[in-house]
Amino acid sequence: MPAPAPPKDLARDPADDLARAQAALDRVHDPEIPALTIAQLGILREVAERDGRIVVTLTPTYSGCPATAAIELEVQTALARAGLADAEVRTALSPPWTTDWITPEGRARLRAAGIAPPRKAAGKAALLGLDPDIACPHCGHAQTEKLSEFGATACKALYRCLACREPFEYFKCI
Amino acid sequence: MADSELMDKLAQERLTLALRLGDTGLVLAQRLSAWCGHAPELELDLALSNVALDLLGEARMLLTLAGELEGAGRDEDELAYFRETTAFRNILLVEQPNEDFAVTIVRQFLFDAWHLELATQLAGSTDPRFAEIAAKTVKEARYHRKFSTDWLIRLGDGTAESHDRVQAALDDLWIYTGEFFASDPADRALAAAGIAPDPAALEAPWRAFVDAALAEATLERPDNAFMQAGGRDGRHSEHLDYLLAEMQVLARAHPGARW
Repeated sequence: MPAPAPPKDLARDPADDLARAQAALDRVHDPEIPALTIAQLGILREVAERDGRIVVTLTPTYSGCPATAAIELEVQTALARAGLADAEVRTALSPPWTTDWITPEGRARLRAAGIAPPRKAAGKAALLGLDPDIACPHCGHAQTEKLSEFGATACKALYRCLACREPFEYFKCI
Repeated sequence: MADSELMDKLAQERLTLALRLGDTGLVLAQRLSAWCGHAPELELDLALSNVALDLLGEARMLLTLAGELEGAGRDEDELAYFRETTAFRNILLVEQPNEDFAVTIVRQFLFDAWHLELATQLAGSTDPRFAEIAAKTVKEARYHRKFSTDWLIRLGDGTAESHDRVQAALDDLWIYTGEFFASDPADRALAAAGIAPDPAALEAPWRAFVDAALAEATLERPDNAFMQAGGRDGRHSEHLDYLLAEMQVLARAHPGARW
């Protein structure tokens, strides 16, 4: 059961709180893929103001993602620094996160960080057991090969470019 | 969660389901974690650890749900670290030792083929909690099944040595696959309420997938009719005692410790 909301400072303006919360959350990056903010990754589901309190809803990428607790802590810390220590951080599982929620800017940032962004229409290729053709994020060459279905984090696979020979990570579609 | 929901009928059956599925994921995650640093190559270390992590994540959500359904104030950690062997409800397959890489791959393949089918059907559950956990699992289990199937085929259709080892592993582990499809009154009540699929209904799609993969892997499906059972009711092999002793020792030596 959520704790009762603490007494409100009458001078506080809810709209102002919401703007401050959003500005603070825009600076929270994913700890495992620091190139992306949590909003760009699509795991920041909602920032709302309810009964004078800021309520932030997050969703995990993978069920066992070990970064989930760290992200919650970073969100709480960022909000506290913005003067919103009484904010509530919730986790929602449904609908389940999909790589289609990574924003266009997030995809561009992944590529710039040397990680091939996921293909759109998540799940269809995986459902059929097909490996999509992944272009090399370093040289752009289309001829690449999969080294392993699983990479350094749950959300990535390992690939190698057959042109520039550089290994790279591919953000798997789910 | 609202009290009225906790008092809902079938709470006991739903608790049983959450424990059976949660314990199964937890025990297999613990088994797979033991490969970290020992797999034949670095990529397999990563893969087996990743699969373990997904299963552990699923288990945490299911055991949290079990704690809520039980209503005795136990959380996921309490359930994982402070229950005795006979209180665990995992299927026997997942507590079988890792042995060599062939045994681990066969165990994983048999499990993944069932797990994906189960999660796919459970995602349509009338119980929103089971449905949302299963919907996440489906996405992850697809990758698991692809990984273990690829390796089953590679080893089965590989050298004479790798073929013989996976065939032997298949012959040894087949006896534990009957538990996937066994049902008791709790399963039947859950199926009737649309909360969980009837376990027996998973067998045909599982068998079709397994048969196709075995054929491609040039392996023969064992035809023994006798199936081992008991894990779902708390009757386990001695292997689970050793596994739990290792998994629980730290939490029991330092109850309530945090870092």
